[in-house]
Amino acid sequence: MSKYSKNINKKQIRIALRNCGIIDPEIIEEYIARDGYHALGEVLTRQTPEETIELMKASGLRGRGGAGFPAGLKWDFARKNEADQKYVVCNADEGDPGAFMDRSILEGDPHSVLEAMAIVGRCIGSDMGYIYIRAEYPLAIARLKIAIEQAREYGLLGKDILGSGFNFDIDLKYGAGAFVCGEETALIHSMEGERGEPTLKPPFPAESGYMGKPTNVNNVETLANVPVIILKGAEWFSSIGTESSKGTKVFALAGKINNVGLIEVPMGTTLREVIFEIGGGIKDGKKFKAAQTGGPSGGCLTEKHLDTPIDYENLVANGSMMGSGGMIVMDEDDCMVSIARFYLDFTVEESCGKCAPCRIGNKRLHELLQRICEGKGEESDLVRLRNLGEVIKDTSLCGLGQSSPNPVLSTMDNFPEEYLSHVVDKKCTSGVCTDLLEYFIVEENCIGCTACARACPVGCISGERKEPHLINPDTCIKCGACMEKCKFDAVILK
Amino acid sequence: MSLVKLTIDGNKVEVPAGTTIYKAAKQLDIDIPILCYMDLKDLNIENKPGGCRICSVEVEGRRNLAPSCSTAVAEDMLVRTNSMRVINARRTVMELILSDHPKDCLSCAKAGNCDLQDMAVLLGIREIPGQEYAEMSTYRLDTSPSIIRDLDKCIMCRRCETMCNDFQTVGALHAVNRGFEAVVAPAFEMNLEHSPCTYCGQCVAVCPTGALTEVDHTGKVIAALNDPTKTVVVQTAPAVRAALGEEFGMEPGTRVTGQMVTALKQLGFDYVFDTDFAADLTIMEEGTELLGRLKRHLEGDESVQLPILTSCCPGWVNFFEYNYPDLKDVPSTARSPQQMFGAIAKTYFADKIEVDRKDMVVISIMPCLAKKYECQRDEFSVDGNPDVDFSISTRELAHLIKQANMDLNKLEEDDFDAPLGESSGAAVIFGATGGVIEAATRTAYELQTGKTLEKVDFKQLRGMEGIRSATVDFDGLDINIGIAHGLGNARKLLDEVKAGKSKYHAIEVMACPGGCIGGGGQPLHHGDASILKARTKAIYKEDEGKTIRKSHENPYILKLYDEFLGEPLSEKAHELLHTHYFDKRKKIFQV
Amino acid sequence: MSKIKSLADLLRIRDEQQTGLQTREKVEVAEELVQVKVAMATCGIASGARETMEFMAEALEKRGVDAAVTKVGCMGYCYAEPTIEVRLPGREPLVFGGVNREKADEIIEKYIKGGELVDGIIPVNYQTVD
Repeated sequence: MSKYSKNINKKQIRIALRNCGIIDPEIIEEYIARDGYHALGEVLTRQTPEETIELMKASGLRGRGGAGFPAGLKWDFARKNEADQKYVVCNADEGDPGAFMDRSILEGDPHSVLEAMAIVGRCIGSDMGYIYIRAEYPLAIARLKIAIEQAREYGLLGKDILGSGFNFDIDLKYGAGAFVCGEETALIHSMEGERGEPTLKPPFPAESGYMGKPTNVNNVETLANVPVIILKGAEWFSSIGTESSKGTKVFALAGKINNVGLIEVPMGTTLREVIFEIGGGIKDGKKFKAAQTGGPSGGCLTEKHLDTPIDYENLVANGSMMGSGGMIVMDEDDCMVSIARFYLDFTVEESCGKCAPCRIGNKRLHELLQRICEGKGEESDLVRLRNLGEVIKDTSLCGLGQSSPNPVLSTMDNFPEEYLSHVVDKKCTSGVCTDLLEYFIVEENCIGCTACARACPVGCISGERKEPHLINPDTCIKCGACMEKCKFDAVILK
Repeated sequence: MSLVKLTIDGNKVEVPAGTTIYKAAKQLDIDIPILCYMDLKDLNIENKPGGCRICSVEVEGRRNLAPSCSTAVAEDMLVRTNSMRVINARRTVMELILSDHPKDCLSCAKAGNCDLQDMAVLLGIREIPGQEYAEMSTYRLDTSPSIIRDLDKCIMCRRCETMCNDFQTVGALHAVNRGFEAVVAPAFEMNLEHSPCTYCGQCVAVCPTGALTEVDHTGKVIAALNDPTKTVVVQTAPAVRAALGEEFGMEPGTRVTGQMVTALKQLGFDYVFDTDFAADLTIMEEGTELLGRLKRHLEGDESVQLPILTSCCPGWVNFFEYNYPDLKDVPSTARSPQQMFGAIAKTYFADKIEVDRKDMVVISIMPCLAKKYECQRDEFSVDGNPDVDFSISTRELAHLIKQANMDLNKLEEDDFDAPLGESSGAAVIFGATGGVIEAATRTAYELQTGKTLEKVDFKQLRGMEGIRSATVDFDGLDINIGIAHGLGNARKLLDEVKAGKSKYHAIEVMACPGGCIGGGGQPLHHGDASILKARTKAIYKEDEGKTIRKSHENPYILKLYDEFLGEPLSEKAHELLHTHYFDKRKKIFQV
Repeated sequence: MSKIKSLADLLRIRDEQQTGLQTREKVEVAEELVQVKVAMATCGIASGARETMEFMAEALEKRGVDAAVTKVGCMGYCYAEPTIEVRLPGREPLVFGGVNREKADEIIEKYIKGGELVDGIIPVNYQTVD
């Protein structure tokens, strides 16, 4: 079945990425040659919208944007809300740091998204679709524009598609790169020209979305799965994956891993398979420490999770989430407190500021982490960190704040000793937090030239000439002058 | 409507579907604390961004806490409003809000009147963890002629935004920036002066903290009163007397006209006059103008501008100067009562008491913040000497009285001084929506028909509906009257005028909800719209008690025309009592 | 192009495309062509894929190799960009990583012309649904 059938024992199955790297994205015929728009044809001529929705429900396809809401069910809600106008929206506001599968799909196979949107349009009773795409994706935008034009020329978008009487067209809306606009209500406000901030659900977009009309919002990767499911059937799709999570998931592998890249694996693949088989293991033969899934909204998985099958439920149960599929691998050199701070840095920057816990709480979380990294943390700060994290999760308005403390909480759960060593011993065992490092003279390397002692502005280095010297850590001000002066690499940071 | 049964803190309650948890709890007398939420029921203003999260409650089966202000009830819902989880979350969120709020409460303009402070007291906050190193979001202080924006104190409740955008459709304030830097500000974070702000002050009226306050002139008042070279004249607007008592613990709707006069005299004002006098004057001018336009219209003059629009409200004047400059010939040219008063005080009255206008200080006490701006307008001064020197709000007057160690409750009643202190009932009702047009109707009817109006109460012109209309029979001639309060409502009527589709002969517009009684300078209503209704009642009550109820029957007004002005719309009247309007569109966003 | 008016129309075009009648120039002899696909997504372009593609097209033409060089989307091998896939007539395609100018030159000279394997081959570790 594979074009590379000689390669056996493959962990990856490409469904959403099926055409990426295979067809020329700017030539619609190449897409058609790979069964493109066939699914739309099937839906338009051989199925009722109800049948298509049933098929989607049976397939078990869930939203790939993060929360994992069943796609068929979502369509059904939008279908059942009567209105003179409905909209199909493709969420291409990919914003997780390190996740780029949506861009890859749009750049490598734009028609699969267009086709899927038309299918959704048919199912929910909409004749207009919008792709909300971040303006930072110029190539994806260019290729989408070409694809839309070609599809229109072939009559695969527009009026009376394939002689079915169904009309559907697609336009682009550009996002300005706010992470929160990936949240569907914020996305819709942004599309309307309003401030991109979320509103409480209900009402759900399926009831009142773009311009107050029923709107179905699906993520790029979700949509890319749709045509294949229509053609190959629900049973085929649901045979892949786990009990609750069907099909495949695209992950963007990044960090301290040999084969950084975009992979698509069946749901239920273990972290071990992903990291050590597909990813080629940890760089430079170092020890695996953790993998952050779900970007800034997710948490970290550790060695004890290596054999847990990856699916929506298992990730949540382990304090993380699927998110859009970023997977950042960390090794023994990474400090988990710093990692948590890094992600908080991002959420502080990207919070819209509407609700207090997210606006102020994340800032305070970040401040606490910053202090811990600087060695100013106290044990009571750990209690505060946890309480704050839990309250922010519990009270924030939208998914951003409800998940932003995850990196902190999950690193605290999995690496409590690292937090403790930061606040109690004032040590960063990974050697990342420079404020916690101390200057130290390696006895074997020191020839006792006294250059360091003479350079030290506070006179904290002692030792006889031609004897190994010693730095008094209590009076050292960590200026680094000794290290600079030493010609024998005897002064190190530890 | 179907009913939904649910349990809150162990108590069963049945409410209509769609009710929020917060309102359902209220039925059980469970007061869930709220901070950003605001519901001005009769005015159809609801601010519910779900932003502060103080009202979060626990709903069984739900992953996270639910904001009770904006979560609808569901059948068999089990709600806990006081579990450990809720109380901890509420406190923690409150501590967060306070951690980004200045601690200068002692010297804050809102001290003692601050919703945030009250909430901190209610939740028993004693300490803000990590305050020593918590960064605060800081912003540039913005001072305009009427309003001060100290956004360090903004808690992003968005009430001002709701008032400015949804209710007033002014669009001067909107959330800008994101995350920790998010704040409500004019576009491009310009100052208010370079925004389409009308200074209506409704943002100030609803601000729960000291982020939005009025420019305080009480110091200037005290200085003027203590300057022996100055003759200090004060005028008080009708809506002030219906609300001032609230600042002294009186029931909303308590009239304190007499006590207020006593307080002002004791404060040392040389002459305590009533803006109502000028309101009667306004009716003479505006009413005559209306009849003039009507006459030309009936004679077939197509160039005549109808409907005539009232022009007493400075927020409204600013609004059409910004938004409808092409219609600037439509409103009446009559100045507002405040400015008419100032012009008469510094001419007619100054002459009478032989005081040079430069040695006279005219102070107005207004329910309004736009009045502070209005009296600074260039066209209302002579050689740099303003007709009204400055305007203070009802709230500022209360502060003055308290600073002078007086309790309004204990003061005897006194009467306004003559001659600018006498007024008709028609002038009093200027303070409520519909009042100006009712007063005008009383006079215009008699002048037009030559008949005596037996029934002076035009109840069809009263009420709290945002837009009202009525047809008054002028002895066979049907006069269509439109009334709007709130600039959003005014916009609707203006759009009709612009499109040439207005059916009205005259339209009254007041910028604030309920008219001046709901002005931006009034005692804070803290989200309770019933207070506005009580004030309205008080206004109409004062009208009822007056012997003279028509402006043109005020003997001092007649005397003024006789001795000084000649007749309405005379050359002198034009010079002192009328004005012209400007196209202010270009002013916006220009530095 | 004319509008596709029915599902049957669409399937006919698909079949034509699959047997290679229309898409590319010289496709009628597709089986005798060297086919080179260059991964040209943002990531590939950022690491030099455009230059690689231009060089490939030019060099193959100059050196008289009958070849079709086309752009495709991302192949997923971020660690080995720019990435190209080369299919020699009658052989399974091979993916090469890190293909800069020099590598491209080597691939043309050794693999395309001589069938000799060179360094930089990425083992394809996925299957694709058709």
